[in-house]
Amino acid sequence: MTSTPHTLKAFDEEQNALRALIRRMGEHAQRALDDALRCLLEHDAEGAARIVARDHQLDDMEAQAETHVVQIIARRAPMADDLRDLIAAHKIAGTVERIGDYAKNIAKRVPMLEPVGEAASPSPLPVSLLPEMGRVAGAQVHDALEAFITRDATLAAQVCASDRVVDDYYTAMLRSLLTCMMEAPQNIAPATHLLFVARNIERIGDHATNLAEMVYFAATGQRLGERVRGEDGVRL
Amino acid sequence: MITTQNRPLDTGHLEPEAPIKIDVKGLDFFYGRDQALHGVNLAIPALAVTAIIGPSGCGKSTLLRTLNRIYALYPEQRAAGEIAIDGANILARGTDLADLRRRVGMVFQKPTPFASSIRANIGFALSFYEKLSRSELADRIEDALRQAALWDEVKDKLDQSALSLSGGQQQRLCIARTIAVRPEIVLFDEPTSALDPISTARIEELLQELRGRYTIVIVTHNMQQAARVSDKTAFFHLGELVEFDQTSRIFTSPAVARTQDYITGRYG
Repeated sequence: MTSTPHTLKAFDEEQNALRALIRRMGEHAQRALDDALRCLLEHDAEGAARIVARDHQLDDMEAQAETHVVQIIARRAPMADDLRDLIAAHKIAGTVERIGDYAKNIAKRVPMLEPVGEAASPSPLPVSLLPEMGRVAGAQVHDALEAFITRDATLAAQVCASDRVVDDYYTAMLRSLLTCMMEAPQNIAPATHLLFVARNIERIGDHATNLAEMVYFAATGQRLGERVRGEDGVRL
Repeated sequence: MITTQNRPLDTGHLEPEAPIKIDVKGLDFFYGRDQALHGVNLAIPALAVTAIIGPSGCGKSTLLRTLNRIYALYPEQRAAGEIAIDGANILARGTDLADLRRRVGMVFQKPTPFASSIRANIGFALSFYEKLSRSELADRIEDALRQAALWDEVKDKLDQSALSLSGGQQQRLCIARTIAVRPEIVLFDEPTSALDPISTARIEELLQELRGRYTIVIVTHNMQQAARVSDKTAFFHLGELVEFDQTSRIFTSPAVARTQDYITGRYG
C-alpha cells in the first residue's frame, strides 16, 4: 500500500512508534507461549511462575497502545488507510494481550502436571504434538503481526489460509487424549490438563487468524472472504 | 424487510440510484491558452450534497464556476464539452444566463453582503427576478432567513446594515439571499474557510437542513468537512477527476492511490 511519507513527519513517527509497540507485544506473547510449552515439557514450575509474573507487562503495553491510538485519532483525524490501520492496531493490541493470557494459562497448568514420562500411566500421554502445535500457532501470530508491520496483505491472507493446520493438531490431540483416558482412569486428570493446554494453543491459532483478517482489512479496505476452516466440530 | 448486510456505513440518505441533476460530460476548460480541466465526466445526484476536494489549482473551483457559467463574465475563459442540467446543455448557445444563475445559486468563500439593510439584501435578489407585492416580499424574506437559520437572530433588526452582522451571520445571509430566489442547485465555494469553528458548524448544520431541498455542490479544502457534510465526494488533481464515489467510501477506502495520498496528508 502507500509508502509515501506524510507531509507531517510527526504523524509517521507516531505510527512507527505504535507499530514498534505492537511488535514488542507480539514478541512478548510469542516468547510466553514458547517458554510455557518448554516449562511444560521440562516440568519447570519456577520458569512457569516467571511467565505468569511477567504477563502484566503485556497488559501495560496494551494500555499504552490504546492511549497511543486515542491520541493519534484525536490529534491527526486520520483518514482511509491511516484510519483503518489505527482501528486495526487497537484491536490487534487487545488480541495479542489475549494471546498472552492463553500462554499464561498454559504456564499455570505446569505445577499441576506430574513430570511428563514419570507418570504412572500404563500408556504414555501424547505430549509430543504440543511443541509443534505451539510452534505453528506462534509462527501464525508472528506472521500476522509481521504482515501488519509491513502492511503485507498477501502474508495476511496466507496466515488465514493456514488456519486449519492448528485445528487439525487439536483434533489429533483430542482423539489421542480421549483414547488415553478411556484406557486408564488415572490418565484422566493429566490428560484433561493437556487437553486444556491444546485448547489454549488452538485458541491462539484462531486469534492469529483474526489478527490476519484485521491486517488484511487495514491494508486493503476489503474483507477477506470466508476462510477455509479446519474441522470445527470434532467427530469421534 | 430491513437488511444491513455488507452495506457500507453511509453519511447520508442517498439512494444508490439517485437521479442525476447535473451531468458533466467531456468538460474541458481554458483560461486563455491554459487548460484547467481535462475531459471531466461527473454525474452529480439530485437533492444530495456533493463535495469536490483536491489540492490548490486542481480545478475544483473552476468546475464550480462552469456550473452556472459565471466564468462567462471573462471573455478569455471558455468551456468545451457538455453540462446537462435536467438534460439540457447549459453550455449551448442561447442559454438564458440570468435564468441559469437563478436556478444555480452560488455562495462564495468570503461573505459578500451588499452594503445595505438585511431586508434589502434579500429583497434586491427577489425583485431582480420576480414582481412581488409588499406582503409577498416580506413573506419570502422571512422564509429565506428561516431556511438559512438566521431569522431568530435578525428578525428585530431587518433594517440594520448587513455589515453589522458577524462573519458567520453574513455568510448565512448570503445563503438566504441565494435560496430566496428558489434555486434548484446551490454551489458553495469554500463557504466556511473565513469562519470560526462555531460559525462553521452552523453552516454545516444548515447544509444538512438544505439537503433534500436543493442539489448542493460544495468545494472545500477541509477534508473533515467534506467527510461530515457530503453524500458523494469527487477528488480532482491537475485538472482531472481522479475518483468519484460515496463519501463513506472515499474517506475510508478510496480506490485510487492518488486519492488516498491526498486525503491522508501524503500529497507532494
